[in-house]
Amino acid sequence: MAGLTGRMSTVVKAKVSKLLDRAEDPAETLDYSYQKQVENLQNVKKGIADVVTAKKRLQMQETSLQQSVVKLDTQARQAVSAGNEELARTALERKNVAQTELQGLDTQVAELEEQQQKLTDSEQKLRAKIEAFRTKKEVIKAQYSAAEAQVRISEAATGVGEQMADVGLAMQRAVDKTENMKARADAVSELEAAGTFDDVTALGSGEDDIDRQLKELSSKPAVDDELAKLKGEIGAGDAPAPVAIPAEAQSASEPPAGGADAAQTGDPAK
Amino acid sequence: MIVRISGEDQYLLADEESDRLNELERVAVEHVESGKEDGFADAFAALLAFVREHGTAIGDAEIETSDVILPPADLTFEEAGREFTGEGLIPD
Repeated sequence: MAGLTGRMSTVVKAKVSKLLDRAEDPAETLDYSYQKQVENLQNVKKGIADVVTAKKRLQMQETSLQQSVVKLDTQARQAVSAGNEELARTALERKNVAQTELQGLDTQVAELEEQQQKLTDSEQKLRAKIEAFRTKKEVIKAQYSAAEAQVRISEAATGVGEQMADVGLAMQRAVDKTENMKARADAVSELEAAGTFDDVTALGSGEDDIDRQLKELSSKPAVDDELAKLKGEIGAGDAPAPVAIPAEAQSASEPPAGGADAAQTGDPAK
Repeated sequence: MIVRISGEDQYLLADEESDRLNELERVAVEHVESGKEDGFADAFAALLAFVREHGTAIGDAEIETSDVILPPADLTFEEAGREFTGEGLIPD
């Protein structure tokens, strides 16, 4: 086309032509490339399935973090009721960290969800293209063996070749994307498996790493505010602590779920 | 004039549109060269939007040789940079 000297299209077109130049016998190339396309489409589908699995794993982690947030909140309230401000502060700090982690997970899951949708759409589109390619390839092969109108055939074959190269490219991109997403989701899951999320949400005197200490530092004003609010809510009603306090404070400091359940039933705020 | 948006579709555009197309493309490439990521995203989106709006999608049944092939819509700024400095979407 006259006048089209744009650098972008020229570069892309030159590269597609280069791919096509590698093809020799048209009929053979068409069959081979169709077969390859079908195989690659399976890879795209498998990649999408992997992304879905990774996303489900992150969602399960979200659920468990949400439970931790609820538990830590309950424990903070109990600690305030019991007049143990230090313990309440620790619980709120942990809760704050858990909430931050939760927000991060939310973002990850939403991103995976969006990408998964896009990939599923493009997988369907690619399938339609491959089907169209299959039909067209048979027509070209028939024409080619009839050895008629050679010029027209080679023109048609170029169009199909271009389509073939383009579908191949789109599939490669889709597979790369699923791999990237899966790797990112796996990295988050591995952090969880290594106990990062577990011990930030557990109450106790576990050793803090620098990152976590920094996070706690930056969350201090928020924790102070929340503690003041809790004290306002709870302290206003029943200021002098009842006898049950030491037991509650103790149960609140136990990390296992059983401790929280027991404490929950004894929550004077409820 | 047949324009392919890679990974998407082929579009039939009137030949008179080629000047405008060239201009939009030039702007997008300029942003890559001057390292303006935001500008590139907008310019590239405008280029593809122009093709989709002013062209008629050919569809999968008809396969023609394209006069122009544009990169896929999800082309990143990094990819665009590599594209115009050697190793691109299709490695050499």
